[in-house]
Amino acid sequence: MKFSYYPGCTLSAKAKDLDEYGRKAAEALGITLEELPEWQCCGAVYPNATDEIATRLSSVRALSKAKEAGQTLVTLCSACHHVIKRVNGDMQNNIEIRQNVNAYLHTMEGAEPYEGDAKVIHYLEMLRDCVGFDTLKSKVVNPLKGKKIGAYYGCLLLRPGKEMQMDDPENPTILEDFIRAIGAEPVYYGMRNECCGGYITVEDKDQAKKRVNAITGNARNSGVDMLITACPLCHYNLKKNADEPLPVYYFTELLAEALGVK
Amino acid sequence: MKTEDMIKEITRISGGNPAKCMKCGKCSGACPAYDEMDYHPHQFVNMVLDGRIEELAGSKGIWNCLSCFACLERCPRSVEPARIIEAVRVVTLRKAGANHLKPDDIPARLDDDIPQQAITSAMRKYAK
Repeated sequence: MKFSYYPGCTLSAKAKDLDEYGRKAAEALGITLEELPEWQCCGAVYPNATDEIATRLSSVRALSKAKEAGQTLVTLCSACHHVIKRVNGDMQNNIEIRQNVNAYLHTMEGAEPYEGDAKVIHYLEMLRDCVGFDTLKSKVVNPLKGKKIGAYYGCLLLRPGKEMQMDDPENPTILEDFIRAIGAEPVYYGMRNECCGGYITVEDKDQAKKRVNAITGNARNSGVDMLITACPLCHYNLKKNADEPLPVYYFTELLAEALGVK
Repeated sequence: MKTEDMIKEITRISGGNPAKCMKCGKCSGACPAYDEMDYHPHQFVNMVLDGRIEELAGSKGIWNCLSCFACLERCPRSVEPARIIEAVRVVTLRKAGANHLKPDDIPARLDDDIPQQAITSAMRKYAK
Protein backbone atom coordinates (compact mmCIF):
# COMPACT_ATOMS: atom_id res chain seq x y z
CA MET A 1 0.00 0.00 0.00
CA LYS A 2 1.29 3.41 -0.95
CA PHE A 3 0.04 6.79 0.27
CA SER A 4 1.00 10.43 0.02
CA TYR A 5 1.98 11.68 3.46
CA TYR A 6 1.65 15.15 5.00
CA PRO A 7 3.68 15.42 8.25
CA GLY A 8 3.15 19.12 9.02
CA CYS A 9 5.36 21.60 10.87
CA THR A 10 5.09 20.43 14.45
CA LEU A 11 5.93 16.85 13.49
CA SER A 12 9.13 18.12 11.92
CA ALA A 13 10.16 19.84 15.15
CA LYS A 14 8.64 19.43 18.64
CA ALA A 15 6.60 16.33 17.85
CA LYS A 16 9.25 14.26 16.05
CA ASP A 17 8.21 11.18 18.04
CA LEU A 18 4.74 11.25 16.54
CA ASP A 19 6.23 11.36 13.04
CA GLU A 20 9.21 9.01 13.38
CA TYR A 21 7.33 6.23 15.15
CA GLY A 22 4.50 6.66 12.66
CA ARG A 23 6.87 6.16 9.74
CA LYS A 24 8.61 3.16 11.35
CA ALA A 25 5.32 1.48 12.18
CA ALA A 26 3.99 2.05 8.66
CA GLU A 27 7.10 0.44 7.24
CA ALA A 28 6.67 -2.55 9.53
CA LEU A 29 3.10 -2.89 8.25
CA GLY A 30 4.27 -2.87 4.64
CA ILE A 31 2.96 0.61 3.96
CA THR A 32 4.88 3.21 1.95
CA LEU A 33 4.32 6.78 3.07
CA GLU A 34 5.62 9.16 0.40
CA GLU A 35 6.13 12.59 1.92
CA LEU A 36 4.56 15.28 -0.25
CA PRO A 37 7.18 17.46 -1.93
CA GLU A 38 7.38 21.04 -0.62
CA TRP A 39 4.34 20.83 1.62
CA GLN A 40 3.45 23.99 3.52
CA CYS A 41 2.09 24.61 7.02
CA CYS A 42 -1.66 23.93 7.15
CA GLY A 43 -2.14 27.02 9.34
CA ALA A 44 -2.91 24.98 12.48
CA VAL A 45 -6.52 26.18 12.73
CA TYR A 46 -9.36 25.74 10.28
CA PRO A 47 -10.50 29.10 8.92
CA ASN A 48 -14.07 29.24 10.23
CA ALA A 49 -14.69 32.55 8.46
CA THR A 50 -16.21 31.67 5.10
CA ASP A 51 -14.55 34.65 3.38
CA GLU A 52 -10.97 33.57 4.17
CA ILE A 53 -9.26 32.30 1.05
CA ALA A 54 -5.49 32.70 1.62
CA THR A 55 -5.60 30.55 4.76
CA ARG A 56 -7.07 27.67 2.74
CA LEU A 57 -4.43 27.67 0.00
CA SER A 58 -1.75 25.52 1.64
CA SER A 59 -4.27 22.74 2.28
CA VAL A 60 -5.47 22.91 -1.31
CA ARG A 61 -1.89 22.75 -2.60
CA ALA A 62 -1.30 19.59 -0.52
CA LEU A 63 -4.54 18.02 -1.72
CA SER A 64 -3.76 18.87 -5.37
CA LYS A 65 -0.35 17.24 -5.09
CA ALA A 66 -1.87 14.06 -3.68
CA LYS A 67 -4.39 14.09 -6.51
CA GLU A 68 -1.58 14.50 -9.08
CA ALA A 69 0.23 11.54 -7.50
CA GLY A 70 -3.01 9.56 -7.72
CA GLN A 71 -2.73 8.70 -4.03
CA THR A 72 -4.82 9.03 -0.92
CA LEU A 73 -3.31 11.63 1.41
CA VAL A 74 -2.48 10.45 4.93
CA THR A 75 -2.13 12.95 7.79
CA LEU A 76 -0.98 12.25 11.32
CA CYS A 77 -1.33 15.41 13.39
CA SER A 78 -4.94 15.94 14.53
CA ALA A 79 -4.82 19.65 13.71
CA CYS A 80 -3.40 19.19 10.21
CA HIS A 81 -5.97 16.51 9.56
CA HIS A 82 -8.79 18.72 10.80
CA VAL A 83 -7.74 21.65 8.61
CA ILE A 84 -7.00 19.69 5.44
CA LYS A 85 -10.08 17.50 5.68
CA ARG A 86 -12.43 20.45 6.23
CA VAL A 87 -10.83 22.54 3.48
CA ASN A 88 -11.30 19.56 1.17
CA GLY A 89 -14.96 19.57 2.16
CA ASP A 90 -15.17 23.29 1.36
CA MET A 91 -13.68 22.66 -2.07
CA GLN A 92 -16.31 19.98 -2.68
CA ASN A 93 -19.34 21.77 -1.28
CA ASN A 94 -18.86 25.53 -1.17
CA ILE A 95 -19.04 27.04 -4.66
CA GLU A 96 -17.82 30.48 -3.60
CA ILE A 97 -14.76 29.14 -1.78
CA ARG A 98 -13.98 26.73 -4.63
CA GLN A 99 -14.17 29.49 -7.26
CA ASN A 100 -12.13 32.01 -5.27
CA VAL A 101 -9.40 29.52 -4.33
CA ASN A 102 -9.12 28.25 -7.88
CA ALA A 103 -9.13 31.76 -9.36
CA TYR A 104 -6.25 32.68 -7.05
CA LEU A 105 -4.22 29.53 -7.66
CA HIS A 106 -4.75 29.71 -11.42
CA THR A 107 -3.79 33.39 -11.68
CA MET A 108 -0.81 33.25 -9.34
CA GLU A 109 0.54 29.76 -9.95
CA GLY A 110 -1.09 28.55 -13.16
CA ALA A 111 -2.57 25.66 -11.18
CA GLU A 112 -5.19 23.32 -12.56
CA PRO A 113 -8.60 23.72 -10.90
CA TYR A 114 -9.08 21.59 -7.81
CA GLU A 115 -12.58 20.47 -6.89
CA GLY A 116 -12.08 18.47 -3.74
CA ASP A 117 -11.57 15.12 -5.44
CA ALA A 118 -8.49 13.99 -3.50
CA LYS A 119 -9.12 11.74 -0.53
CA VAL A 120 -7.56 12.58 2.81
CA ILE A 121 -7.54 10.18 5.75
CA HIS A 122 -5.94 10.21 9.17
CA TYR A 123 -3.28 7.62 10.02
CA LEU A 124 -5.77 5.99 12.41
CA GLU A 125 -8.28 5.63 9.57
CA MET A 126 -5.51 4.09 7.49
CA LEU A 127 -4.98 1.53 10.27
CA ARG A 128 -8.70 0.83 10.67
CA ASP A 129 -9.90 0.96 7.07
CA CYS A 130 -6.87 0.03 4.93
CA VAL A 131 -4.84 -2.27 7.20
CA GLY A 132 -7.66 -3.42 9.49
CA PHE A 133 -7.33 -3.75 13.25
CA ASP A 134 -7.50 -7.56 13.02
CA THR A 135 -4.54 -7.59 10.63
CA LEU A 136 -2.70 -5.12 12.83
CA LYS A 137 -3.31 -7.38 15.83
CA SER A 138 -1.83 -10.33 13.94
CA LYS A 139 1.33 -8.33 13.25
CA VAL A 140 1.92 -7.32 16.86
CA VAL A 141 5.06 -8.99 18.19
CA ASN A 142 5.14 -7.27 21.55
CA PRO A 143 1.57 -6.95 22.87
CA LEU A 144 1.32 -4.23 25.50
CA LYS A 145 -0.35 -6.53 28.03
CA GLY A 146 -1.60 -5.12 31.28
CA LYS A 147 -1.36 -1.48 30.22
CA LYS A 148 -4.52 0.46 31.06
CA ILE A 149 -4.67 3.15 28.43
CA GLY A 150 -7.04 6.07 28.16
CA ALA A 151 -7.70 7.28 24.64
CA TYR A 152 -7.60 11.04 24.51
CA TYR A 153 -9.42 12.17 21.37
CA GLY A 154 -9.70 15.87 22.07
CA CYS A 155 -11.71 17.94 19.61
CA LEU A 156 -10.11 18.13 16.24
CA LEU A 157 -10.19 14.50 15.11
CA LEU A 158 -13.89 14.14 15.72
CA ARG A 159 -15.72 17.43 15.35
CA PRO A 160 -17.66 18.52 13.39
CA GLY A 161 -18.72 14.89 12.93
CA LYS A 162 -20.53 15.48 9.66
CA GLU A 163 -17.36 16.96 8.14
CA MET A 164 -14.64 14.85 9.79
CA GLN A 165 -16.54 11.58 9.24
CA MET A 166 -14.00 9.60 11.22
CA ASP A 167 -16.10 8.24 14.03
CA ASP A 168 -19.13 8.94 16.20
CA PRO A 169 -18.16 12.36 17.62
CA GLU A 170 -19.91 11.72 20.94
CA ASN A 171 -19.02 8.07 21.42
CA PRO A 172 -15.91 7.29 19.41
CA THR A 173 -14.27 3.86 19.35
CA ILE A 174 -11.36 4.07 16.90
CA LEU A 175 -8.66 4.70 19.52
CA GLU A 176 -10.07 2.09 21.92
CA ASP A 177 -10.10 -0.44 19.07
CA PHE A 178 -6.51 0.55 18.32
CA ILE A 179 -5.55 0.03 21.97
CA ARG A 180 -7.09 -3.47 21.90
CA ALA A 181 -5.27 -4.28 18.65
CA ILE A 182 -1.88 -3.56 20.24
CA GLY A 183 -2.74 -5.86 23.16
CA ALA A 184 -3.49 -3.28 25.85
CA GLU A 185 -6.67 -2.53 27.73
CA PRO A 186 -8.67 0.60 26.83
CA VAL A 187 -10.16 2.48 29.77
CA TYR A 188 -13.22 4.59 29.03
CA TYR A 189 -13.59 7.93 30.79
CA GLY A 190 -16.11 10.67 30.23
CA MET A 191 -13.85 13.50 29.19
CA ARG A 192 -11.95 11.72 26.44
CA ASN A 193 -13.45 13.99 23.77
CA GLU A 194 -13.43 17.23 25.77
CA CYS A 195 -11.12 20.10 24.82
CA CYS A 196 -7.64 20.37 26.44
CA GLY A 197 -7.72 24.14 25.95
CA GLY A 198 -5.67 24.09 22.76
CA TYR A 199 -4.10 27.44 21.90
CA ILE A 200 -5.53 29.07 25.04
CA THR A 201 -2.30 28.00 26.76
CA VAL A 202 -0.68 30.96 24.97
CA GLU A 203 -3.44 33.40 25.98
CA ASP A 204 -4.61 32.25 29.41
CA LYS A 205 -2.55 29.57 31.15
CA ASP A 206 -5.02 29.21 34.03
CA GLN A 207 -7.84 28.35 31.67
CA ALA A 208 -5.71 25.66 30.04
CA LYS A 209 -4.78 24.26 33.48
CA LYS A 210 -8.40 24.09 34.50
CA ARG A 211 -9.31 22.15 31.38
CA VAL A 212 -6.41 19.72 31.69
CA ASN A 213 -6.85 19.10 35.41
CA ALA A 214 -10.48 18.18 34.81
CA ILE A 215 -9.49 15.73 32.08
CA THR A 216 -6.55 14.08 33.84
CA GLY A 217 -8.53 13.89 37.10
CA ASN A 218 -11.40 12.18 35.34
CA ALA A 219 -9.03 9.78 33.56
CA ARG A 220 -7.16 8.90 36.75
CA ASN A 221 -10.37 8.32 38.71
CA SER A 222 -11.50 5.98 35.94
CA GLY A 223 -8.38 3.84 36.30
CA VAL A 224 -6.29 5.19 33.44
CA ASP A 225 -2.51 4.62 33.80
CA MET A 226 -1.48 6.49 30.68
CA LEU A 227 -3.04 8.60 27.96
CA ILE A 228 -2.51 8.44 24.22
CA THR A 229 -3.16 11.17 21.69
CA ALA A 230 -2.58 12.09 18.04
CA CYS A 231 -2.25 15.81 18.69
CA PRO A 232 0.99 17.62 19.65
CA LEU A 233 -0.89 20.45 21.32
CA CYS A 234 -3.04 18.07 23.40
CA HIS A 235 0.18 16.22 24.28
CA TYR A 236 1.78 19.46 25.46
CA ASN A 237 -1.24 20.65 27.43
CA LEU A 238 -1.80 17.29 29.12
CA LYS A 239 1.85 17.10 30.10
CA LYS A 240 2.69 20.67 31.00
CA ASN A 241 -0.56 22.13 32.28
CA ALA A 242 -1.71 19.35 34.65
CA ASP A 243 -1.01 19.72 38.38
CA GLU A 244 -0.68 15.93 38.59
CA PRO A 245 0.09 14.80 35.06
CA LEU A 246 -0.46 11.27 33.80
CA PRO A 247 2.08 9.78 31.40
CA VAL A 248 1.12 10.86 27.86
CA TYR A 249 2.27 9.17 24.65
CA TYR A 250 1.67 9.61 20.98
CA PHE A 251 -0.29 6.61 19.75
CA THR A 252 2.41 5.93 17.15
CA GLU A 253 5.01 5.35 19.85
CA LEU A 254 2.95 2.54 21.36
CA LEU A 255 2.23 1.20 17.89
CA ALA A 256 5.95 1.07 17.08
CA GLU A 257 6.62 -0.61 20.43
CA ALA A 258 3.94 -3.24 19.80
CA LEU A 259 5.29 -3.90 16.31
CA GLY A 260 8.80 -4.27 17.71
CA VAL A 261 10.29 -1.35 15.79
CA LYS A 262 10.67 1.23 18.54
CA MET B 1 -21.74 50.70 9.85
CA LYS B 2 -25.50 50.51 10.22
CA THR B 3 -26.69 47.89 12.70
CA GLU B 4 -28.56 45.92 10.05
CA ASP B 5 -25.44 45.88 7.88
CA MET B 6 -23.37 44.59 10.79
CA ILE B 7 -25.85 41.78 11.40
CA LYS B 8 -25.66 40.89 7.73
CA GLU B 9 -21.85 41.01 7.74
CA ILE B 10 -21.51 38.73 10.78
CA THR B 11 -24.04 36.30 9.34
CA ARG B 12 -22.28 36.29 5.97
CA ILE B 13 -18.82 35.62 7.43
CA SER B 14 -20.11 32.95 9.82
CA GLY B 15 -21.89 31.04 7.08
CA GLY B 16 -24.62 30.24 9.62
CA ASN B 17 -28.01 31.68 10.38
CA PRO B 18 -28.59 32.91 13.97
CA ALA B 19 -32.30 33.38 13.23
CA LYS B 20 -32.74 29.58 13.27
CA CYS B 21 -31.87 29.42 17.00
CA MET B 22 -34.64 27.92 19.16
CA LYS B 23 -32.91 28.94 22.40
CA CYS B 24 -32.39 25.44 23.77
CA GLY B 25 -29.10 26.44 25.43
CA LYS B 26 -27.25 23.26 24.45
CA CYS B 27 -24.33 25.34 23.12
CA SER B 28 -23.64 27.01 26.45
CA GLY B 29 -24.28 23.73 28.27
CA ALA B 30 -21.59 22.07 26.18
CA CYS B 31 -19.07 24.94 26.29
CA PRO B 32 -15.84 24.13 28.21
CA ALA B 33 -14.96 27.86 28.31
CA TYR B 34 -18.35 28.92 29.72
CA ASP B 35 -16.97 30.08 33.08
CA GLU B 36 -14.30 32.21 31.47
CA MET B 37 -16.66 34.00 29.07
CA ASP B 38 -18.57 37.14 29.97
CA TYR B 39 -21.06 36.56 27.18
CA HIS B 40 -21.79 32.89 26.59
CA PRO B 41 -22.34 31.06 23.29
CA HIS B 42 -26.16 31.28 23.36
CA GLN B 43 -25.88 34.99 24.09
CA PHE B 44 -23.64 35.54 21.07
CA VAL B 45 -26.38 34.13 18.86
CA ASN B 46 -29.10 36.22 20.46
CA MET B 47 -27.07 39.43 20.64
CA VAL B 48 -26.06 39.23 16.98
CA LEU B 49 -29.75 38.99 16.12
CA ASP B 50 -30.41 42.02 18.33
CA GLY B 51 -27.59 43.95 16.66
CA ARG B 52 -25.54 44.21 19.88
CA ILE B 53 -22.35 43.40 18.01
CA GLU B 54 -20.17 46.20 19.42
CA GLU B 55 -20.73 44.78 22.92
CA LEU B 56 -19.68 41.34 21.75
CA ALA B 57 -16.64 42.75 19.95
CA GLY B 58 -15.46 44.26 23.23
CA SER B 59 -16.13 41.11 25.25
CA LYS B 60 -13.69 38.64 26.76
CA GLY B 61 -15.60 35.77 25.20
CA ILE B 62 -14.17 36.28 21.73
CA TRP B 63 -10.68 35.52 23.08
CA ASN B 64 -11.67 32.68 25.41
CA CYS B 65 -13.55 30.53 22.91
CA LEU B 66 -11.42 27.41 22.34
CA SER B 67 -12.81 26.58 18.88
CA CYS B 68 -13.43 23.06 20.17
CA PHE B 69 -16.65 22.83 18.15
CA ALA B 70 -18.65 21.24 21.00
CA CYS B 71 -21.39 23.88 20.53
CA LEU B 72 -21.36 23.40 16.81
CA GLU B 73 -21.58 19.62 17.11
CA ARG B 74 -24.46 19.71 19.57
CA CYS B 75 -26.54 22.50 18.02
CA PRO B 76 -29.80 20.89 16.87
CA ARG B 77 -30.57 23.79 14.51
CA SER B 78 -27.23 24.15 12.71
CA VAL B 79 -26.84 27.68 14.05
CA GLU B 80 -23.30 26.72 15.02
CA PRO B 81 -22.36 29.37 17.60
CA ALA B 82 -18.60 28.70 17.15
CA ARG B 83 -18.88 30.17 13.67
CA ILE B 84 -20.73 33.24 14.96
CA ILE B 85 -18.17 33.85 17.71
CA GLU B 86 -15.43 33.48 15.09
CA ALA B 87 -17.15 36.00 12.81
CA VAL B 88 -17.31 38.59 15.61
CA ARG B 89 -13.66 37.90 16.41
CA VAL B 90 -12.39 38.28 12.85
CA VAL B 91 -14.42 41.45 12.25
CA THR B 92 -12.81 42.86 15.42
CA LEU B 93 -9.31 41.79 14.37
CA ARG B 94 -9.65 43.16 10.85
CA LYS B 95 -9.80 46.73 12.17
CA ALA B 96 -6.51 48.65 12.07
CA GLY B 97 -4.27 48.11 15.08
CA ALA B 98 -6.65 45.60 16.66
CA ASN B 99 -4.30 42.63 17.00
CA HIS B 100 -4.86 40.98 20.36
CA LEU B 101 -1.49 39.16 20.29
CA LYS B 102 1.64 40.64 18.76
CA PRO B 103 4.79 38.83 17.61
CA ASP B 104 6.73 40.67 20.33
CA ASP B 105 4.46 39.08 22.95
CA ILE B 106 5.45 35.56 21.89
CA PRO B 107 8.97 35.06 23.34
CA ALA B 108 7.76 35.61 26.90
CA ARG B 109 5.14 32.90 26.46
CA LEU B 110 7.44 30.21 25.11
CA ASP B 111 8.93 27.30 26.97
CA ASP B 112 11.15 24.46 25.77
CA ASP B 113 8.31 22.13 24.93
CA ILE B 114 5.65 24.34 23.42
CA PRO B 115 4.77 23.01 19.97
CA GLN B 116 4.88 25.20 16.85
CA GLN B 117 1.20 24.42 16.45
CA ALA B 118 0.39 26.40 19.63
CA ILE B 119 2.13 29.56 18.42
CA THR B 120 0.74 29.34 14.90
CA SER B 121 -2.81 28.75 16.07
CA ALA B 122 -2.62 31.52 18.68
CA MET B 123 -1.31 34.00 16.11
CA ARG B 124 -4.06 32.94 13.73
CA LYS B 125 -6.74 33.33 16.38
CA TYR B 126 -5.48 36.51 17.99
CA ALA B 127 -3.92 38.50 15.15
CA LYS B 128 -4.44 39.10 11.46
